[in-house]
Amino acid sequence: MTAARKLRSSGNWWTVYGGPLLIGVLSVAGLISALLSEGPGRYFSWLALGAPVALTVWFFARRKRG
Amino acid sequence: MVHTWSSLISTLFLLLLCITGLPLIFHHEIDELLGYDPKPEIAQPGAMKRSIDEIARTALANDPGRVLQYILWDKDEPNTVVAFTNNKVDGDPDAATLRAYDAHTAKPLGSVGGGPMLIFLKLHVDMFAGQPGKLFLGAMGFLFLVAIVSGVVLYWPFTRRLSFGTLRDKSRRIAWFDWHNFLGAVTIAWALVVGATGVINTLAEVMLSQWKANEIADMVKPYAGKPPPVHLASLDTTIERARTTAPGMNISFIAFPGTPFTSSHHFAVFMRGDTPLTSRLLKPVLLDGETGEVSDTRDLPIYLKALLVSQPLHFGDYGGMPLKIIWALLDIMTIVVIVSGLYLWIVKRRKHRSHAIAGQPSPQPSR
Repeated sequence: MTAARKLRSSGNWWTVYGGPLLIGVLSVAGLISALLSEGPGRYFSWLALGAPVALTVWFFARRKRG
Repeated sequence: MVHTWSSLISTLFLLLLCITGLPLIFHHEIDELLGYDPKPEIAQPGAMKRSIDEIARTALANDPGRVLQYILWDKDEPNTVVAFTNNKVDGDPDAATLRAYDAHTAKPLGSVGGGPMLIFLKLHVDMFAGQPGKLFLGAMGFLFLVAIVSGVVLYWPFTRRLSFGTLRDKSRRIAWFDWHNFLGAVTIAWALVVGATGVINTLAEVMLSQWKANEIADMVKPYAGKPPPVHLASLDTTIERARTTAPGMNISFIAFPGTPFTSSHHFAVFMRGDTPLTSRLLKPVLLDGETGEVSDTRDLPIYLKALLVSQPLHFGDYGGMPLKIIWALLDIMTIVVIVSGLYLWIVKRRKHRSHAIAGQPSPQPSR
């Protein structure tokens, strides 16, 4: 770990829960949007609920090895 | 401790739910493929739909000695009518026969919803153990929710020194630890919603009998003590009157007198709206079983509305095929969270045993 990264993630509330919270809010918005509207709501739900899957692929691709 | 034990107790059952739930996301497609989802014949242009009374007669002739419980119209299959028959009006739901009929020709098209998916469904809903099995799985679902919430609390001490999305592969244990935290964190909202709506669904029968005991009993007060109808009113007349009572709505299903969805004297016609949300929010119209006259209509109580809205949120069947695929991927990610959690617990136990150290908090990786 670099010094900069260590500093950035030394443990404040936002760095720990910020990411999951944003994804959580996005997921809930996606779950509801498809329920309320058949057109745009549906497209938004694909993006919003696809985000956790996309993020997983993203972080998997750039994970640290060794 | 809360996280460890709530997860451990429910682990096996959660795995069962996640694994059987996976094919169930695509049950419509699989049923279609295996021939358990009969399709109507292509109707002649301008062809008239047959009367529902005729379809009801055909259904009874097809299953002699049985009675009709429900007739149902699938929102996405306007040319098919599905008839439920059973050995008696309040017979065991597992004994019901579902057959599809062509709306234009009244021809039987085949049975609905049997085959391998029914086995997955039974395993998922009650493990072939009826209402007790269902409530048990509801309790396991509740433990799942407890595990998720307690996981959020533990997330702080375990990840506060790591930046979000850190996936290390220093050792097998650290790799699984990071995956457990990461996948748990990104699927949390979805898992909470699917878990909570699943738990609500296990209470469907309880809510239905609550509704019958209170609302329905109140709606049919003038009929108290009367014997059940001997000659049933015409279904077409009954449905037409229900339509007039709930203008702008379409029929979802009609429940015959004596079935769990109505009183012993009344037809209940359940009407639905046509947006994704209002098509779930049914409005019952109660009609006299002998005359077909409208007795009463009321909106469903809030708990049944919650149940009906929670169903799509559990099934993931309301946003087209892409949403189903995402649903399946999130389900697989949840399976990884469960399996990695179990693995981390086993490794921690083994370590504790060999070092004989007690009181160490969960799987803290060495830094």
